Amino acid sequence: MVGVPLALDVLLIWGPTVASVFFSFTNWSGIGPITGKNLVGFKNYRFLFSGYTLFWPALEHNLIWLAWLAFIATPLGMFFAVLLDREMRGTRIYQSVFFLPVVLSLVVVAFIWELQYAPNDGFINNALGLKGSRLIDWLGNPRINLFSALVATSWRHIGYIMILYLAGLKSVDPSLREAARVDGASEIQTFFSVILPVMAPINVIIVVITAIEALRAFDIAYIINQGKNGLELLSILITNNSISEASLVGFGSTIAVVLLIISLGPIVLFLSRTMKSPA
Amino acid sequence: MSTLAASVPRGIVRSHRRRIRPARVALHIFLGTMVVVWLFPLFWAVYASLRPVSETITNGFVSWPKTLNFANYTNFWTEADLPYFYLNTLVIVVPGVVLTLLIASMVAFCCTQFSWKFNVIVLMIFTAGNLLPPQVIIIPLYWIYLNTPIAMLGSIDIGRFSFAIFSDNNLLYDQYIGIILIHVVFQTGFATFVLSNYMKTITREITESALVDGANILRIWWSVILPLCRPALAAMATLLFTFMYNDFFWALLLLKTGDKRPITSALNNLQGEFFVNNNLIAAGALLAAVPPILIYIALQRHFVAGLTLGSTKG
Repeated sequence: MVGVPLALDVLLIWGPTVASVFFSFTNWSGIGPITGKNLVGFKNYRFLFSGYTLFWPALEHNLIWLAWLAFIATPLGMFFAVLLDREMRGTRIYQSVFFLPVVLSLVVVAFIWELQYAPNDGFINNALGLKGSRLIDWLGNPRINLFSALVATSWRHIGYIMILYLAGLKSVDPSLREAARVDGASEIQTFFSVILPVMAPINVIIVVITAIEALRAFDIAYIINQGKNGLELLSILITNNSISEASLVGFGSTIAVVLLIISLGPIVLFLSRTMKSPA
Repeated sequence: MSTLAASVPRGIVRSHRRRIRPARVALHIFLGTMVVVWLFPLFWAVYASLRPVSETITNGFVSWPKTLNFANYTNFWTEADLPYFYLNTLVIVVPGVVLTLLIASMVAFCCTQFSWKFNVIVLMIFTAGNLLPPQVIIIPLYWIYLNTPIAMLGSIDIGRFSFAIFSDNNLLYDQYIGIILIHVVFQTGFATFVLSNYMKTITREITESALVDGANILRIWWSVILPLCRPALAAMATLLFTFMYNDFFWALLLLKTGDKRPITSALNNLQGEFFVNNNLIAAGALLAAVPPILIYIALQRHFVAGLTLGSTKG
């Protein structure tokens, strides 16, 4: 009962993970057998770090993506959760609205936001009265399109974090709050010195989810312009190099290994926190 | 679970004193503003989709409407052959969800109801697998899909739609079953994690006494444990449906034939072909969004429970 699913998981997920590491030391094209001649040692890595012009920008974009989610979107989601975690008229309606984008596909999210960002027909430029040479190309300008994509992503991310955090807040013992109130603590003091420490396990999960989402970022950037011209991301470089355009399997795998190594941080953190107490 | 119950008593205590406080008014104003901000992109898409192309060309998109109709929807529905793409989604998502739930509940059952040395390791393998960015595994996976021979045993044909058993090119690549397979394997990681958290709360005595009574393990799983997990299974089904429905990445890379694409990735494919104007884009995006939104409205409770079961333990 466990054997078959485990075998499939190992074969289709962990096998490929290990294979990616192996491929990264080859110059294999994906066709024909791999021979000793294909082994190139660290050549791919040297080229990645010092010769491939798209790598550092992509890494930077992933880090900006992470920073944006971690310092803007995730805190906003937590803030909404704190505001809504009280007996208040309409709290369910507010929650439903903020959560609504979470159920949408990122394809749909990207399309909906393209209607806001389109240079001539989009709402934003029209609302700002920008015409002709003063038009802002929100998705085309490489200096701003990353942030346009991040706003669209946040529309979805904030609701997701809000719901997770709200569930955590509801599990906090109400008597803690009551005690803090009796002691004369303000609501803000109560949150930072009582609630936040008690929520430590949830906070870790929120951090992990935020990091994983930032590393997985792919769909929106791909839909906007296939991850080019300001929207390069590690995830997109992997597929563009190895599957979509070129067949540089070895080199593409090198980028996959970099992404894997970065991902191991949050994954290990998550496992060490959730698997600590086996049943 | 217990988390939801905790908020009830607080409400009873507080509800009897009700006076209007400035802070509360400010809160509602802030949240109300945010609601408008949140709904605006959706509202704008609906508005654009209801307006005829000719009108937005002459007056621009930011203008008062003269005519509002569903012409963009009906055009897109018939010209892009939309029902066909919904069917593609259906044949991927339904088996995907059912198989994931069956497999994940089996693994979770074995790892929580029996004291087995490798329980935690098995759970870790599944959970960590689901946390990996899919792009890390895509290159070797793509190779596996191109090099695994799969039997061609004919197909089930409904009009233009053809579901191959099991393949129509001897491969896993570019096949419905290929997409179903990767969804099941990838999401089993998540579902196993969540279901095992839920099953940890079921006392092992139930399984132990059923074993003493001579029931075999499969039977205990099916007729004792699964019924007890009904709320968690409902929550997971809702969530998995949405995850698989919304998938873009797997379908983009593991399907080649445009006609096999599920609705979400077909939408992107149609971008150059059918979406000659923003009115149609809006209609197309909203049509693709309808099923998950309906599910969300109908099953909101399960939806939220599914997400939070994964993050809060008990």
